Amino acid sequence: MTSPTKVKVAFYWNASCGGCEEAIVDLGEDLFKVLEAVDIVFWPVAFDFKIEDVEKLPDGSIDVAIINGGIRFSEHEKVVKLLRKKSKIVVAYGSCACEGCIPSLANLWSKSSIMDYVYLKAPSVVNEGNVLPMEHVRTDAGDLELPAFLDTLKTLDQVIDVDYYVPGCPPTPKVTLKAIETLLSGNLPPKGEVLGASKRALCETCHLNETKPEKLAISEFKRPHLFIPDPKKCFLAQGLLCMGPVTRGGCEAVCIKANMPCSGCFGPLDNVLDFGARALSFIASIIDQKDEEGIKRTLGSIADLVGQVYKFSLAKSLLKDSIKRKEG
Amino acid sequence: MGGLSDQPRIGVYICHCGTNIAGVVNVEELTKFASGLPNVVIAKNYQFMCSKPGQEMIIEDIKQHKLNRVVVAACSPRMHEPTFRKSLQSAGLNPYLLEMVNIREHCTWVHEHEPDKALEKSKALVAAAVVRANNLEPLEEKELPVVKSALVIGGGVAGLFAALTLANAGVKTYLVESSPTIGGKMAMLDKTFPTLDCSKCILTPIMNEVANHPNIELLTYAEVVDVQGSVGDFRVKVLLKPRYVDPAKCKACGDCAKKCPASAPNEFDAGLSKRKAIYITFPQAVPTVYTIDPKACLYFTKRDRMGRPICGVCQKICPAQAVDFNMQPKTVEINVGAIIIATGFETFDPRLKKEYKYGVSPRIITSLEFERILCATGPTGGKVLCPPDWKEVPKRVVFIQCVGSRDLTVDVPYCSKVCCMYTAKQAILYKERVPDGEAYVIYIDVRAAGKGFEEFYRRAVEEFNVIYIKGRVGELVIDPETNKPIIRVEDVLTGGIVELEADLVVLAVGLRPSPSTLKIAELLKVSRSPDGFLQELHAKLYPVQTAVDGVLICGCAQGPKDIPDSIAQAKAAASAALEILAQGFVRTIGHVASVDKELCSGCGICASVCPYDAIAIKVENGRRVASVEDVKCKGCGSCAAACPSGAMQQKHFKDAQLMPVVKTLARM
Amino acid sequence: MSKSDFEPKIIVFACNWCSYAAMDLAGTSRTQYPHNVRIVRLMCSSRVTPEMVLTALAEGADAVLITGCHPGDCHYLVGNYKTLARYVLLKKVLDELGLGDKVRLEWFSAGEGERFAQYIRSFVEEVKKGAVSPKMSMSEEGV
Repeated sequence: MTSPTKVKVAFYWNASCGGCEEAIVDLGEDLFKVLEAVDIVFWPVAFDFKIEDVEKLPDGSIDVAIINGGIRFSEHEKVVKLLRKKSKIVVAYGSCACEGCIPSLANLWSKSSIMDYVYLKAPSVVNEGNVLPMEHVRTDAGDLELPAFLDTLKTLDQVIDVDYYVPGCPPTPKVTLKAIETLLSGNLPPKGEVLGASKRALCETCHLNETKPEKLAISEFKRPHLFIPDPKKCFLAQGLLCMGPVTRGGCEAVCIKANMPCSGCFGPLDNVLDFGARALSFIASIIDQKDEEGIKRTLGSIADLVGQVYKFSLAKSLLKDSIKRKEG
Repeated sequence: MGGLSDQPRIGVYICHCGTNIAGVVNVEELTKFASGLPNVVIAKNYQFMCSKPGQEMIIEDIKQHKLNRVVVAACSPRMHEPTFRKSLQSAGLNPYLLEMVNIREHCTWVHEHEPDKALEKSKALVAAAVVRANNLEPLEEKELPVVKSALVIGGGVAGLFAALTLANAGVKTYLVESSPTIGGKMAMLDKTFPTLDCSKCILTPIMNEVANHPNIELLTYAEVVDVQGSVGDFRVKVLLKPRYVDPAKCKACGDCAKKCPASAPNEFDAGLSKRKAIYITFPQAVPTVYTIDPKACLYFTKRDRMGRPICGVCQKICPAQAVDFNMQPKTVEINVGAIIIATGFETFDPRLKKEYKYGVSPRIITSLEFERILCATGPTGGKVLCPPDWKEVPKRVVFIQCVGSRDLTVDVPYCSKVCCMYTAKQAILYKERVPDGEAYVIYIDVRAAGKGFEEFYRRAVEEFNVIYIKGRVGELVIDPETNKPIIRVEDVLTGGIVELEADLVVLAVGLRPSPSTLKIAELLKVSRSPDGFLQELHAKLYPVQTAVDGVLICGCAQGPKDIPDSIAQAKAAASAALEILAQGFVRTIGHVASVDKELCSGCGICASVCPYDAIAIKVENGRRVASVEDVKCKGCGSCAAACPSGAMQQKHFKDAQLMPVVKTLARM
Repeated sequence: MSKSDFEPKIIVFACNWCSYAAMDLAGTSRTQYPHNVRIVRLMCSSRVTPEMVLTALAEGADAVLITGCHPGDCHYLVGNYKTLARYVLLKKVLDELGLGDKVRLEWFSAGEGERFAQYIRSFVEEVKKGAVSPKMSMSEEGV
């Protein structure tokens, strides 16, 4: 039974790990407050509404569509376009929808090499018929259509017009609640803004920021699984690649409190055009070397540079359309 | 976005530069193109924009057409940016609202055979300049007042001359010296090369001049402990250590020292003799005041069972009642516009070269110790005698050069510059006093580059028969029977092995930066060169300046050198200080770093990057944010490039001003 | 656009003290070099950000050349070491993205006008021969 005064909300997940769905549930008791104020018209993970139900809704009748996950399949593209038509406001929720997140690293490889690896060459694969996914299959019971694997992973706003963004992998309960409260408040910020999070970098709210020495001068970068940091000193100062300085704050430094350096899941700040480029600029700026050999040596101690600086944001890189995708 | 609050009104001026530009590109077409660009109110071309009529055209147009930005497409801005900036100023416009386009050196002069392409490129460059002009902002060059006084740290010969030069120029100068007297190492020398002047005789008049100069405030037995501020306004805290003797009362009669029961190694004699716990460094010390060494004085070190000090003899017998055991250290704060570091050197510690067995045999000494033996005020009254008994006249003295210089095994790759000369001097002085003695010098090279130096060295060889053997000492052993050192060296010029039994071995120790030099460097944030001495701003052009504006260096703190070079550098440092102080103000540059504190997270990356320590992370309104000291900023922009959030920008080169230029040039 | 008509566009970042002066010297000496470069003047090469370089490439430049003073000669003491470090990381990323030949770093002292011109001549040739502009590569491979 829908109520005319309640806010109509739709949730949808594209290529998603499910963490963003859990993030909504993680609101805990606050979830009940939210549910009281909203009418959920579509939420595949929790309710039984079908796409046909959404198609039947009048255009623009959904107040807010909260969409997580990246656009990986033709089905995703189809559904988000539908939701865009049917919704007043579309929110890209979570890092995948905002900037592609980890799955966007697949854009480093060509589609054919991905298919080859996943279905034919991976060590644990058994595929005697060398069968690759097909979009149309004729069976005795009839014709089957499967969604197409798109050539690249795209962010939500690379496919439809997005009104607001909620960052994080996943967004924390506090950030989520704040974003929802903003959306329900009726006092909407300018279009395109990031909701729920800070406009300043993570270092602002990190309890270790004040332990930074006057000058950071790193001679060797350490890897988190090979080094236990002193929990009372800034991780970056200890040689761990913490993305705190370049990452949007709002998460209250949960990872740092768990003794792990920030990996950048809340994405870039407002003026930043390319997260990875900004990250590598600040990393290169704090090394302790004054000659070419030393510089190359210290920077050589960073394992998987692209994975480090573009872990969440490759799909939004300035060079996203120019990448020469690897074969195999 | 940058720019004035009102709408940009841009004037574009294309210079023909005679035929230099107009001969390659069609300036009329370029002008027409420019007139169609966003916010261009007027576009003109003229034969020579830098000429008087050309500049006047700009000034007139600014007034008439109410232009608030000017683009001049002509030669290199390195040529005429100042010229056109002045034109803008004459018209009442901020000089930073000018953008020059280099269509001569970077276009018509290098693409002479491709005029079509040169025109295309000129259009792209002019379009980019107009885009940039749209985003330019007026900038300020602030003038900050300068405190007209100076601080010299270090009272050796360099510090003394630096202070005198400043004082004579009318500048109030503080001279801080950490030991009880000024004079430094030069006061320890017997004679100076190549003139063989008596060192103290030429130095003490200078010391007295400093003591009596109305513009010099002498703070001896004092140390700089804190420095805040920047060029023109340094706030320095100086710790005045307690002498326990009142300088106003002490007459330096010496009665106290006669009766004092405690003694300590005499630093002035390089440890070869003892002094009392209450002492004066040398009789001509300035100030001529005694000092109590609290580490040796029994009043401070020994108490009886009741907790009372067991001695106080000096206080009892001092006729002037100058001894005051209750003196406390005092900190004074001084305010100066410039600081000169003249903290000198220390000699290389020969114990680091174990093969020379310094410390194993008393017959193996350093050159500084030998100098004290030669000195009339030293432990032997100037007679050449062997330590420690001072009974035997050494008949064969072997000098070993390059001990702790040019030696990678002790991490000292450089040459200490003065040792060849002081060894020749010491060999000559020895031969003068022990004419039947033998002096050998074991050397790698003889470096005698200064005025009269080569001649002096030749005198040692020819007139005084000092024997020079080229080679490195292969072995130094102590003969178990005679206890004398035996040196074995390959003479590379003759090819034979020479074995010398020596009565005295003098190690020509090299020069190292003094401990106070290292401390001061850290305090003032002056970097050190790879050799450990203080780093000058430019090896060729700026030998007395440092990367820190207002802090100058001179003497051996900057690197090994002899007395005339130290004095020359001291005067150079004083003159550099005067450049700052005489003007009365320092000017900041317009294109400094500037932080948007609303966006700043206080991550500190910018502060790490700045070569001039111009950025500090401070708590403001409860948050840590970056703060730029304009007077220290030199406008490189490195901090802006490093800033991970875009909060730190460089005025005149903000992202919002550069990115549109990059985009325009990439598209056109 | 056939490969023989291809005229690459190279954005050059220059520092006010050394490399821009070298480019001026090439001009005063009338040393001719290809028209394909567009020079952006900064106070120090350390102002160049990877974002600027990527923006140039994304907006149509075929290659980017970062220039500055030789190590040890930086007017701002150590700026060029920062430039070098940022370039090393940027190059590593670009190499992995298959775009490594699009960005170069080269030092020029104020007296090296001829050397700059020569460098541009060979760089333009290499870009013409080897690289194809980023936008073109996408349309050739197809989606």
